[in-house]
Amino acid sequence: MSSTDTHMDPALHSHGDTHGHGSRRGYRIGTVLAILLTFLPFWLVMSGVLQDRQTTAILIFAMALIQIVVHVVCFLHLDTRSEGGWTLLAFLFTAVIVVLTIGGSIWIMYHLNTNMMPMPDMGAPPQ
Amino acid sequence: MTEHSLAKTIFGRLTWESFPVHEPILLTTFVVVLLLGLGIIGAVTRYRLWGYLWKEWFTTVDHKKIGIMYMILGIIMLLRGFADALMMRLQQAIAFAPNEGYLPAHHYDQIFTAHGTIMIFFVAIPLIVGIVNFVMPLQIGARDVAFPFLNSLSFWLTAAGAILVMTSLFVGEFARTGWLSYAPLAELDYSPDTGVDYYLWALQIAGVGTTLSAINMVATIIKMRAPGMTMMKMPVFCWTALCSNVLAIAIFPALTAAFFLLMLDRYVGTNFFTNDLGGAPMMYWNMVWIWGHPEVYVLVLPAFGIYSEIVSTFTGKRLFGYSSMVYATVVITILSYLVWLHHFFTMGAGPSVNSFFGIATMVISIPTGAKIFNWLFTMYRGDIRFELPMMWVVAFMITFVIGGMTGVLLAIPPADFVLHNSLFLVTHFHNVIIGGVVFGLFAAMVYWFPKAFGFKLDPFWGKVAFWGWVIGYWVAWMPLYFPGLMGVTRRVRYFHDPALQPWFVVAFIGALIILVGILGFVMSIVMGFVKRRQLADTTGDPWDGRTLEWSTSSPPPPYNFAFTPMVHDLDAWYDMKVRGYERPAQGFRPIHMPRNTGAGVILSGLALVLGFAMVWYMWWLAALSFVGLLAVAIGHTFNMKRDYYIPAEEVARTESKRLPLAAAEA
Repeated sequence: MSSTDTHMDPALHSHGDTHGHGSRRGYRIGTVLAILLTFLPFWLVMSGVLQDRQTTAILIFAMALIQIVVHVVCFLHLDTRSEGGWTLLAFLFTAVIVVLTIGGSIWIMYHLNTNMMPMPDMGAPPQ
Repeated sequence: MTEHSLAKTIFGRLTWESFPVHEPILLTTFVVVLLLGLGIIGAVTRYRLWGYLWKEWFTTVDHKKIGIMYMILGIIMLLRGFADALMMRLQQAIAFAPNEGYLPAHHYDQIFTAHGTIMIFFVAIPLIVGIVNFVMPLQIGARDVAFPFLNSLSFWLTAAGAILVMTSLFVGEFARTGWLSYAPLAELDYSPDTGVDYYLWALQIAGVGTTLSAINMVATIIKMRAPGMTMMKMPVFCWTALCSNVLAIAIFPALTAAFFLLMLDRYVGTNFFTNDLGGAPMMYWNMVWIWGHPEVYVLVLPAFGIYSEIVSTFTGKRLFGYSSMVYATVVITILSYLVWLHHFFTMGAGPSVNSFFGIATMVISIPTGAKIFNWLFTMYRGDIRFELPMMWVVAFMITFVIGGMTGVLLAIPPADFVLHNSLFLVTHFHNVIIGGVVFGLFAAMVYWFPKAFGFKLDPFWGKVAFWGWVIGYWVAWMPLYFPGLMGVTRRVRYFHDPALQPWFVVAFIGALIILVGILGFVMSIVMGFVKRRQLADTTGDPWDGRTLEWSTSSPPPPYNFAFTPMVHDLDAWYDMKVRGYERPAQGFRPIHMPRNTGAGVILSGLALVLGFAMVWYMWWLAALSFVGLLAVAIGHTFNMKRDYYIPAEEVARTESKRLPLAAAEA
């Protein structure tokens, strides 16, 4: 048996790779959405249409999150089919962990900072 | 003056004073280690084994040999960590006023730091990774892991970290900051010597190895299962290995980042975790425990898998509640990310934070409890064979449940305010780690030893090891719950209250009984080897096993399976036996295998030099070894000779050697 036969042999290479493949249409939609989602936050800030700064900030964050989803779906081809669904599962798991650890850390550190960090007059001698 | 600065350029802060020749304990240890080391090197040279070791072991990419090397590393480091434990126990047993004990504070602090660091990072992790490495590919019917070279690199990086920790014993000193090196104590202002640097570099190097290994194992389980083995037909051990390694991938970056920021504080003068200039030491604790709590489950989940396999085999029954076992494992995996704050309830978070993390911690006991009941129901009306592995399982269930309950107690924040930093806490985590992880590892070693080496461990000495560990554990630790409850704090070198002495004398006696257990285990290997003909396993299935690793010979051939098994059911090998499986005697084909490479050893050697140079501020050597690391890593990518084929004739020869034996037994 020559080595090329062995390379072709499906019994020896049963890895079943199913990578996601992008379509031209997917890239086009992705590019348009990505440009739009980049442009809108700039426009919000530069034109100052919304008087309320907090609303503006929330909108910018929301669009950043949508931007992540657009990139992942249109450019990185995340869908339920690729790698038998493992890619999607890994992505969702990562998202959960990131939310838990970063959200939890912010919550905890906010508490600790409020309760425990030194006050400006702590070093001063008692009156 | 110039001579002085020249020495400083070459050797950094390494001087003659860095060698602890004035400390008799260290000097004696050093001489003993030196003699032993020279003896081993002499013997290897005398019997011309260097070539064999290099070709067959150091450069191997075979998951079985790498697994065995992980186990050897773990057992050697266990001896070191246990020696530290004995020294602490002796000190605490005698250091009551007016006796100061025999260890100065400076030395005692290094010992408790080294004990914790070594036992978790260089004993528990290598042993767990080693078992997973050896068993998991066999259980899923694979011929190796997904990335064989990466596996070799992971092992050698872990070994390099261990060597760096051991170096600190004789060159300079180790950290005196506790096993997680809390900031701000670990900052340069309070720990200016080499201790914390040794700690950081050793753990960073080993941590890279552990992360890479975890990625490798996850890829293997997901991509390389035998045809027919769906996720829900996979052995429980593989499920727990999967969850454990998924956890490891997600948490080790947090530890690496925390250590990296601490390194920046120590080397380039940043202020991430300092007290002043806007630093937040509490952030260090937060990041370290984001790693630290899930790490407990990284260790204990595979142990749960081991117990599941053994209970099922030795009761001759399918595991009770397989799917509930899998779901419990997955639930524990997710929940373990939600509890890290319980390690610092007392640091000042408000009631909302504390109650959230307290309740999350208590919730984890539910899936864990479900597992205990699954094992009990598997045993219920089973045909139980009380051989050694099964004895370890029973000892685990009795011991671990108590540790779990004290854990739930500690999860209540008001109780934790009383008990934190006390011996109660120390006793709790020794209860779950010895009773859960260590007992599981011993069970695994006894259970899979015949698979790895072709003969069983000596049963008499195995029982000595078992009773030594179990009785020793109960004597050494259970009484310490009481002084802990009364408020005795951890890491204490010297006590004023003589009323406490009996507790510590009892604990020291318990530690000595554990020593009997450890020596018994070593003896069970030695006597097993001596009686290897009597204890030989010729069938490949010495325990009447149920999973695929028992379908191949003991020890398995390099390619594991001549034909990739087809899986139809959970407990695939049991299913094959029931259906009258016969091993094919012909029709073999060439087998595609990865080729050995020395790149892992060389890269890890360079990483070790880099770590040592950075600890001692030898900047030129650090730069040189770093460039070397990059050069070898890039150079290795051009090595295209990665694989080879085992010819069909050789496979046929290896398989036929087994056949007569199989025929004889039929």
